[in-house]
Amino acid sequence: MLAPVATPALEAVDVSKTYPGASGTPEGTAALAGVSLSIASGETVALVGESGCGKTTLLRTFNRLVDPTAGVVRVEGKPVAETDPIGLRRRIGYVPQDGGLLPHWRIERNVELVPRLLGWDRDRARTRAREMLNLVGLAPDIYARRYPAELSGGQRQRVAFARALAADPPIILLDEPFGALDALTRLELHRQFQTLQETLHKTMVLVTHDLNEAFRLAGRIGVMKKGRLLQLAPPDELTTQPADGYVRELLELRHG
Amino acid sequence: MGRPSPPGPLSRPTRPPPRERGNACGAFCQSLGMVVRLRSPSPGEVGRGGGRGGQGVRALFGLLLFLLLSFPPAAHAADRIVVGSKNFEESRLLGEIFAQLLESRTELQVERRLGLAGTQVCFEALKSGAIDVYPEYTGTGLVSLLGEPAELGRTEAMNRVRSEFLRRWNLWWLSPLGFENSFEIAVPKELAERERLATISDLARISGRLRGGFGHEFVGREDGLPGLEKTYGLKFASVEHLQQAIQYQAAGDRRIDAMDAYTTDARLLRYNLVILRDDKNFFPPYEAAALVRGETLARHPEVGAVLGLLAGAFDEDSMRALNFRLQEKGESEAVVALDALRALGLTGGGAESPEPEHRGAGFAAYLWSERQTLAKRTVEHLGLSAAALLLGVLVAVPLGLYLERKRRGAESVIRVLGLLQTVPSLALLAFMIPVLGVGIAPAIVALWLYSLYPIVRNTYSGVRDADPRAVDAATALGMTPGQILTQVRLPLAAPIILAGIRTAAVITVGTATLAAFIGAGGLGEPIITGLQLANARMILSGAVPAAVLALLVDGALGWAEKALRPAGLG
Repeated sequence: MLAPVATPALEAVDVSKTYPGASGTPEGTAALAGVSLSIASGETVALVGESGCGKTTLLRTFNRLVDPTAGVVRVEGKPVAETDPIGLRRRIGYVPQDGGLLPHWRIERNVELVPRLLGWDRDRARTRAREMLNLVGLAPDIYARRYPAELSGGQRQRVAFARALAADPPIILLDEPFGALDALTRLELHRQFQTLQETLHKTMVLVTHDLNEAFRLAGRIGVMKKGRLLQLAPPDELTTQPADGYVRELLELRHG
Repeated sequence: MGRPSPPGPLSRPTRPPPRERGNACGAFCQSLGMVVRLRSPSPGEVGRGGGRGGQGVRALFGLLLFLLLSFPPAAHAADRIVVGSKNFEESRLLGEIFAQLLESRTELQVERRLGLAGTQVCFEALKSGAIDVYPEYTGTGLVSLLGEPAELGRTEAMNRVRSEFLRRWNLWWLSPLGFENSFEIAVPKELAERERLATISDLARISGRLRGGFGHEFVGREDGLPGLEKTYGLKFASVEHLQQAIQYQAAGDRRIDAMDAYTTDARLLRYNLVILRDDKNFFPPYEAAALVRGETLARHPEVGAVLGLLAGAFDEDSMRALNFRLQEKGESEAVVALDALRALGLTGGGAESPEPEHRGAGFAAYLWSERQTLAKRTVEHLGLSAAALLLGVLVAVPLGLYLERKRRGAESVIRVLGLLQTVPSLALLAFMIPVLGVGIAPAIVALWLYSLYPIVRNTYSGVRDADPRAVDAATALGMTPGQILTQVRLPLAAPIILAGIRTAAVITVGTATLAAFIGAGGLGEPIITGLQLANARMILSGAVPAAVLALLVDGALGWAEKALRPAGLG
């Protein structure tokens, strides 16, 4: 009922991002046009919308992979523009669509990446990597010494989760993490995701174009279109009180 | 000035010096022709190979050894003298004669840099001190080097070049060797006898009925056919433009009636041609003499004295006969030079023949007998290639990385390097000469320039295109740009960069055969000499090892490419 007293984990205030005009668009293209949102600690928010709607761009402003042209982005209350991007990124987990594993590194080395960047000693990082592999359901004895190319897509994605979690960051950004998987594997990973959610209580932002996935995994869903955030609400509120015709149509698609 | 050359079958060097009159172009154009021929083996060399490693280490070792032993300063040790020559038989023979004479009559250690690519190269080498002496012709000195009209008589020409070379460059023309090697007009002997032709004026009387066949350059130059026609009122029924080798053949077969030739070319004998007297002195005199650095003469006065023994030692007939042995019999200049010196009574009696003749033996036997020379050439070859490649890697990899960082303008820089690649090798070598002289340094620089493009190109695109999703994830997880470069992009690009280095290595090893044109040694040496002597075995003794070397280098680097490919990549 009361407005949350705690500082939001992630916050965007009137954030815009305009790319310099490509040929034919003298004004430039607005990837984000005045987006504001606030995500509480421990919350999972899904961002949905058609490709090009700005959901990935918005996600990438949180770890400064994209710097907005206007507006303020805050992580744990601090404006990211005033934060060293390298340090910031090491405190935020990241899971891209295809895992983004470094192909020339063994699985354990991939998982150790951030701890090692943070200066952990090797043994501690290695122990941690094995814990993380266990956590995502990959037996370290079997997988730790393998190379990414020797794993299936689903297994690689699990490794990407393990890597994102390894340094125990409070926030994790996920960019279509299940996008490239077949339906069965996806379902399996959804379950894993939910388990992790329950045990770890991370703040997570999940970009997806799969509405069912968003409904299943997120506490709140943000619907985006052409760089604007049309509505940000829990799934049932989205169904019962769609903010406009676009949101309603989108939701109908989900059942169609 | 009547040329003392009796109208009679004349012989001359395959690649006559007068041809170089106007400028170095003649020499280079001609050499470029040779380049085409020389280059043709490269595609084969460039093919894939099957070799193993170790090559790199040995090459590096060879390089160090090479640099230690033979960098130009070494050639200037106080008691050494370097004899040069141009790249045709007569010039090589004279160079060899100078060298043998100096060896037998002085205490000096004599180094040979025979077969340099033409007048300009020799001249620059002499000026820079890379060589101490080489045989030159007065007409070439007058026209090509001084850029003066060739209107002087024999003695005046010699006096003119003597005073000017001394004044401008402290270079000394020693006493003339006694013969000229000039432009001439030659006709089949039978035609000359039937029509009673002794002079070019005689030829002019009947030229309306005759077919001329002239070299491309001779036809194009004002001091060639056009001037000749004006001076003598020549008007041939037809004029064909022919390659030199074909001219002789054509004249021998009576398909042409008159051609340009050189006084001492042995092929005049072989094809039964006679020279017509230049009774209006249209062609400048080309008297042969040793051209020596003044500093060398000051340091070693005995050089002037000993080479002075050759004053007037030859005439056109004797020179033609010597050229005949080189051109037609394929004898080596070492043997012919020794015989010539013996005949002149200038060498100590019973010197044994310096080189056994292998013409009867098989190729393998020939290779075996030449093994020491070939080993030395191979080391030189690898040294040149390795030095160029090493410098190429040291420059091109950082440059590729820098361009990848900057992006802006990267493509244009790479395009310029690509253009450089299209400059004919010999032209590039030629450009080096005014700046770096002759020898190893310019050869390495030229080879280095060729090595840049493939390495820069592959470094740039390899790093740029390194798995973008891995790079994105590495960025998103907080790796610094430096860490991303060294831990992600470079390892991922390594196979592509190595492929570029491999390409560069094969190009370098292939092109290094041309380094011999500017006196840098290597396996090109026997190829070039063999081409001039029309000695197939000698050509192959350079070409085959060069091809094998290219294959081995390619194979070794292919192996390295595999070995260094980061685990986990395909």
